[in-house]
Amino acid sequence: MSNYSEESILNYLGPYKGEASAILRSLQLVQELLGYVPDSAIDLVAKNSNVSRAEVYGVFTFYSDFRSTPPAQVVVKVCVAEACQASGNAELISQLHGQGYDIHSGKIKDDIQMEQTFCLGNCALGPAAMVNGKPIGRATSASILKTAVELIS
Amino acid sequence: MIKVFVPLDSAALSMGADEVAIAIVQSAASQGKDITLIRTGSRGMLWLEPLVEVETSAGRIGFANISTEAVPELIKSGALDTGSHKSSIGLVEEHDFFKNQNRVTFARVGVIDPLSISDYENHGGLVGLRKALEMSAAEVVSQVTESGLRGRGGAGFPAGIKWQTVLNTQSDQKYICCNADEGDSGTFADRMLMEGDPFTLIEGMIISGIAVGATQGLIYVRSEYPHAIDILNRAIAMANEYGLLGSNVLGSKSAFALEVRVGAGSYVCGEETAMLESLEGKRGMVRAKPPIPALVGLFGKPTVINNVMTLSAVPMILAQGAAAYQALGHERSRGTQVFQLAGNIKRGGVVEVAFGITLGELVDIYGGGTNSGKPVKTVQIGGPLGAYLGTESWDVAMAYESLAQAGGMLGHGGIVVFDDTANMAKQARFAMEFCAEESCGKCTPCRIGSTRGVEVIDRIVAGEDQEKNLELLEDLCEVMTDGSLCAMGGLTPMPVRSALKLFPADFGIKTGAKL
Repeated sequence: MSNYSEESILNYLGPYKGEASAILRSLQLVQELLGYVPDSAIDLVAKNSNVSRAEVYGVFTFYSDFRSTPPAQVVVKVCVAEACQASGNAELISQLHGQGYDIHSGKIKDDIQMEQTFCLGNCALGPAAMVNGKPIGRATSASILKTAVELIS
Repeated sequence: MIKVFVPLDSAALSMGADEVAIAIVQSAASQGKDITLIRTGSRGMLWLEPLVEVETSAGRIGFANISTEAVPELIKSGALDTGSHKSSIGLVEEHDFFKNQNRVTFARVGVIDPLSISDYENHGGLVGLRKALEMSAAEVVSQVTESGLRGRGGAGFPAGIKWQTVLNTQSDQKYICCNADEGDSGTFADRMLMEGDPFTLIEGMIISGIAVGATQGLIYVRSEYPHAIDILNRAIAMANEYGLLGSNVLGSKSAFALEVRVGAGSYVCGEETAMLESLEGKRGMVRAKPPIPALVGLFGKPTVINNVMTLSAVPMILAQGAAAYQALGHERSRGTQVFQLAGNIKRGGVVEVAFGITLGELVDIYGGGTNSGKPVKTVQIGGPLGAYLGTESWDVAMAYESLAQAGGMLGHGGIVVFDDTANMAKQARFAMEFCAEESCGKCTPCRIGSTRGVEVIDRIVAGEDQEKNLELLEDLCEVMTDGSLCAMGGLTPMPVRSALKLFPADFGIKTGAKL
């Protein structure tokens, strides 16, 4: 939270003050702002929503979108669901692995982080991937990395 | 002035449609060609993307698989005037994939600018809503009931009966919740409609609100669909500005407010009660039913929960009358279904036809077989919880009951094709693994059974005590089916059992072994 004070985050969450039904949205807002949800922000959301920390932590851990550490500059989501399995995603995943990117551990290499996802809704043009929100159809390790490298400033 | 159309659908974007659109504008300018570029949804012939279209007096002509590099030559060749070019597929609506479809829900997808209300109205939009505004709530509900429309999310529950229940329930507040958490692999119709024709969904939700007396709608969209979320938000802002949404819908006394809520990467939140929990800001834990959400739904209030496709069928039903919709279909499955061809398929995309088309027709005639050119081994219908079927089921009519009779499940209408290199033991294992990963954890058969399922399948494949472990797997499947609160645990045995039954050899089971 280096660039954001506690106060600015609480300000940001202002519209949801006292709303227990806004826990999920509050966490999403924090992640939008910071790129991740630092542990201290869980307390802030709890305070703002007027619920216990445990409740917020429970929501935070339930949803796979939330991260507890800062993401790489480029996040690549690689689909591992059935339609992409049928389109040969195993080869894609092993190629990426061969280049040092592990979609299961999500470890960061050269400011690129690869993660698995279940379905991007591009099931007729698999294997499907998404690079910082940009969809890639008929993905190859080359097309993914080309797009990723272009996005690194 | 020539009108050129380039899709903004995210499947088209994944093949470079944005870059192609930019190249067309730049190339046309540098060549002194006067064009207007219009972004549309996709026609659903996804293997042809990016599919660039140009308006001619005979209709729209398409140019398939256009790359940015090909654009300057395409324009220079005069193809935008003549329609002839090596990439031309001729009139798009005469294409053999397209011309025999019956586009009702998808009538405007790929045709109009998704963010133009006037385009929407010029193509038949808002007719259904205007009619609904003249009717009593009960009349609107009875139109939907008479149409025979059933829930397109998978369960196939009659929409009219659900609406009637909410209408009959007294409450100070009721809600319309649209389930746009399209998490099933092999399905993308909701996404394509939201990106290609969002006003149809918005209109359907307003009509639903009028029908049951709800003034607040929520669309729960998965976070994996950033483009759909963006387009919906822009469309809702336009609808508010236009007076389509707000305290006086189209100048009437009816009020309706609409909001998009974004999911956070949980498959089980596509289950309706888990979705309600998530909309309330909580963990997506499934609720026990009864009470049904129509009586006790969002924040405890009566709630209509329908899928994107269900709500999007409503405007046409109101516009053209229940009888027109009811006239289409097969047995108790009325109307059209938007089938999605996915996976290892040569011509993947969207096929909207009346229920009753055979599975073989969809995969072989529309889909053209596998993309790899190898024989089809199996298809999985209805997402990760759907059964695997083999080519011996090619003659099965695609409708709720007939498919169920063949051991399958229609689900959301997605068909994932696998060629003969697929290993079905792996697929069965994945089904259990996926369930373990995505289970909300509320009930034991799903939470623990899925992990045990992975282990037992591993033992069977390794040849350990096969007969005993097969028995154990069957027992486990039975417990999961009967003992889970929702479809997550309850239907995971479907892909597992069907894979085992159809392809025992993939599990290392010797022919003649007792299954």
